[in-house]
Formats: sequence, C-alpha cells, structure tokens
Amino acid sequence: MHRPGLISIWFFIGVLLLIYGVMITGAGLWELVSPPENPVVMANLHAGIWWGALLLVIGGFYSYRFKP
Amino acid sequence: MPTVPALLLATSSRLLSLAPVDLAIIVVYFAMVLGIGFYLKRYTQTGEDFFMAGREMTAWVAGLSFLAANLGSLELMGWAAAAYQYGILATHWYWIGAIPAMLFLGIVMMPFYYISKTHSVPGYLQLRFGEPSRVLSAVTFGFMTVLMSGINMYSMALVMKVVLGWDINFSIWVSSLTVAVYVVLGGLLSAIFNEVLQFVLIWLGAILVSIIGLIEAGGWDGMVNRIAQNFPGQSYTHLWSGLGSFSDNPMGIHWTGIVLGLGWVISFGYWTTDFLVVQRVLTAKDLRSAKMAPIIGAGFKMMVPFIVILPGLLGLALLPMKLTGEAEAVATGGHSYNEVLPLMMARYCGPGLLGLGITALIAGFMSGMAGNVSAFATVWTYDIYRPFIKKTATDAHYVSVGRWCTIIGVLVSIGTAYLVMQFLSIMDYVQALFSFFIAPLFGTVILGMMWKRATNAGGFWGLLAGTVSSIGMWAWVKADPSAISYIALSSQAKDMAENMYRALWSWIICVTVTVVVSYMTKAKPASELVGLVYGHTELPSEAHLPLHQRPMFWAIIIAVIFFILNIIFW
Repeated sequence: MHRPGLISIWFFIGVLLLIYGVMITGAGLWELVSPPENPVVMANLHAGIWWGALLLVIGGFYSYRFKP
Repeated sequence: MPTVPALLLATSSRLLSLAPVDLAIIVVYFAMVLGIGFYLKRYTQTGEDFFMAGREMTAWVAGLSFLAANLGSLELMGWAAAAYQYGILATHWYWIGAIPAMLFLGIVMMPFYYISKTHSVPGYLQLRFGEPSRVLSAVTFGFMTVLMSGINMYSMALVMKVVLGWDINFSIWVSSLTVAVYVVLGGLLSAIFNEVLQFVLIWLGAILVSIIGLIEAGGWDGMVNRIAQNFPGQSYTHLWSGLGSFSDNPMGIHWTGIVLGLGWVISFGYWTTDFLVVQRVLTAKDLRSAKMAPIIGAGFKMMVPFIVILPGLLGLALLPMKLTGEAEAVATGGHSYNEVLPLMMARYCGPGLLGLGITALIAGFMSGMAGNVSAFATVWTYDIYRPFIKKTATDAHYVSVGRWCTIIGVLVSIGTAYLVMQFLSIMDYVQALFSFFIAPLFGTVILGMMWKRATNAGGFWGLLAGTVSSIGMWAWVKADPSAISYIALSSQAKDMAENMYRALWSWIICVTVTVVVSYMTKAKPASELVGLVYGHTELPSEAHLPLHQRPMFWAIIIAVIFFILNIIFW
C-alpha cells in the first residue's frame, strides 16, 4: 500500500491493541485488589494483567512504528 | 467448511455472562471497523480500488487477509468441537487439507492468475475456456456465496444466543449491517484492512485458552496422559496411525480418503479456485507478492490448530463434565461438543479477557462475511453484469453497481438467515450444494493452466459433467443409503468419508470428460493461450533475487515443517 497519505493498517491495529491493553490490564488489576467471589480456573496466574500488558506493549510499538 | 449444527444448539441455556468491560471491548471493536470503512472511502474511487483494492497490497497484508477470509468464527467453534469429538484427526483439515494446496497456489497457479490480469476465477475461465464456462462458474459461485453467507450468519446468531443470551435478530442485523457499511464504503480495500485487523484479534483472543490450558494440564505430555485416563482405550492424539482401516478411527475414514479426497481434491479445489480466498491474493502489488501471500498464509494456517484444535483436546483432558452429541445433550440437559470453546473460555477468561475472546469470535464471523459479499460483488459486476447486462459503461457506474451488489448481497444473506430459521433442513442441502462445485472447478482450472490442448468445449462440458455427477452421487446416497459402499468404497464409511470420495469421483469425471471432449474438438491456437497456460506463458525468473526473497525458498521451508509436524504427531 503505497498511496500518499494512506495510514497503514498496522497503525489501526496498534491503536486498537493499545486501547484493549489499557482496558484488560485495568480489569485485571481491579480483580487483583477486589477478587471476585467465583474466580476463573487458574486465576492465580492473573492472566488479565500480563496479557493486557502484552497488548499494551505490542499496541504501543505498532502505534509508534506506523504512526501517520 | 464446517458449521455448528444450529438446530440443536438452540436448546442450550446461556453459557457466559459479560461484564461491562467486556461489552466495552466489543463496542470499541465495532467502532474501529466502522471507522476504518469511513476512512477508506476517500481512497476507493475506481473499479480497481473497489474490486481489487488497487492491486497494491503487500505479501503480508494479502496473505493474512487470504487466511482471515477463511477463518470464520464457526470455523473456530466447529473445529474445536470436532477436536473434542475426533481428537487430533481434525488437524488434517488444517495441515494436509490446506498446506500443500496453498503452496501449490503460490508457486504453480498464481503466476497464471496474476499474469492474465483477471479480476476473478470465473474471469480466468472466460479467458481460457470462453463465456459458457464463465457463466456456469459465476452463477453458481454468486448464488452459493450469498446463501452460505446467510447460513453462517444464522449459525453465528444462534451461537451468540446460546453463549451470551443475545437476541438472534439483534446479532444478525448489527453484525451484517456493520459489514455492509464498511464494505460498501471502502470495497475490497476496506474488507482487507479489516480482515488483517480481525486476524490479529482472532489470534490474540483465542490463543490464551490454549496457553493457560497447557499450563493447567502440565504441558503436552500432561494433557495426553489426562486424555488417556479420561478416555481409556481410545486414540485421540495420533494423526495417521489409526487411518489404516475405516473402523479404527472415530471418523470412519481411511487414509486414502484423507490423502486423495481431502488432501488432493477438496483442499486444492477450495484453496486454489474458490474466489472468496483467491481474490485476496489477486490484490497483491506484484507477482512475487502474489506468490508469497499464500505461502505466508500457509505458515499461519499450520499454526491455527494451536488456537482451534488444542482447546478441543484440552477440553477432553480438563473439563469435569463429558460433552456429548447434540441429541444427547438436549435430552440430558448437558453440554454438547459444540460448546467446548465457549466452555474453555468461561473456564479461564475473567472480565476483559472474555470480551477479547468474544470479540475474536465476532471478528471471525465478520471477516468471513466480508469475504463473501466482496467476492460476490466482484463476480456479479465483472462476470455477469458487465458482459451480459451493460457492456459499455463508465468505471464509476461499475463501482456504483458493486456497492449496490454489496448491499443486495447482505440483504439476500439476511433473507437466507431467516429462511433457514424457518426451514432448518436447508442448511444441510446448501452446504452439500456448495461442495458440488469445488472439486470439478479445480479439475477445469488445473487442466486449463497446465494442458494447452484443453479446448473451450472440453472445459465447459467437463465442468458441467463433474458438477452434475457430484449432485447425482449425493442424491443416490440420499435415496439409497447403502449406495455409500459404492461411493466411499466401504459400507462402514460415514458422512465425512462420503464427502471425500464424492469429491474425488467428480474431479476424475470432470478431468476425463474434459480430456475426451478436448481431443474430439479443435485445439485453440497458441496465440490465444499466451499468459494463460503453462508452455505459452513467460514466467519471470527469480534467479536475480537473494535466496530469502524467493517464494520457492519459503515454500520449501513450510513444506519441510509440514512433514516434520505430521511425523511428530503420527
């Protein structure tokens, strides 16, 4: 895609992952300070926090690397 | 491609509850895909933009889009269910049922599609075999594509009703109108942009279940041991060792059916001639990118079992309840095979992650539907409307027709969804109908590309004979179930095996008729075959490229990994 001014698809993906990273990490941290009554299996892994953080890192990288 | 049996899904109760953050994640996703559609409208002015995305996609974008168009949410749920039911045998549909064909498309067939500058697979048939072949192919493809789109839409809405308790009408209209808006605005460019985004979401939303499941099971070995404990005496973790006899495996299939029916005819037919996926590759910016795109797609396809098959196997190992067939689940109030993926999501995914997982399912559905309607719009406009209804019109007129076709395609799909809701048996018939055209079409296209003696009459009559014979074999078994012993070579063969062998016979009939009729008719002059047939087409040399930029190099790498994986899981 070489059109002048056309924003790369990877930028859109980066922004979406960045937003999701904030939301999922936030939800994971909230569960950490306020544990639910019926936690999911393997809740001790706190998957929300590290998966959200991973999305943040990937989203941040792609947003910056492909910014318009 | 599989779908979740809708009739029986409808009886289950809601499996999952979403938190506000999950709903917010889904809303953000819809906002993003619509935003991309509105943004890309200004870049979609010409027919080449709207129907072929300007033919300027990189190999990566075309390759990921090529795969995403195939990765529907029902594909994810259906094959996770198949993995729970049949074990690792379901992986054949991702490995031998896809990888060789995708590599073949990239290395052997793509040059002819690309150099001929065709807009579509029916368009190639017109160049090679004339109008009758194009019409037969275009009409059947367009008709079946929108019907399949509607069936998938209905099945998806049912899944959302069962999993989340959402109203069926709400799911159908919101998701399909969203697809309609972004495809109408940005055409194939918008569809491809969103498919790449959806591909990333599918992976990030679905892979977590496999990762946490493997941790809980104690790795692969731990999972295999647990399956052996839970289901003693049954082989769920071997790809090939149980295929020596129809009765030694839960699919009731012989290895010849897997290799010749699935690995050869069905797989090559779908991946090399179904315009839904081939259209994505035709948008590549140059021939090297067009050849690389299916190879990149093959690399990712080989990994899809990690997010589709593995959750099914983990379900066998870890779920406390035993999942059953639909009828038994309905009778006992238990859970069916088809619910294995949502059950595994519910097991591991808390707020936020669950929203991401559900978004992955929705993204899968929308990528598949966008693929259907954009391919339908192209085939209708270029292969039916332009040659037969309005031959001379401005480019802007055809773009306008394409936009209207997209809307009509979506509306027909919605109508089909409601039709299926009233007459559920339609699903079985339409899915069977779709398979009628794939195998013979592959026979026609491959002979067209590889055999210069094939004539227009040979191509048309071969395609017609293959299709009619496929329908005839299907009707024969419907009328007399014992006929399966002739079609599938064994009275113990099951539906899956029948599909494999029916495809194989119809392909053989197509090729035989094409060859016989071609020898009975006058050969086409060489001047009419330039750019269309092996031997009359100058294929650009890649000798000047460094090794790591040559498609053949990467195809060999993927092929070697493919063989190693099959041996490891033998």
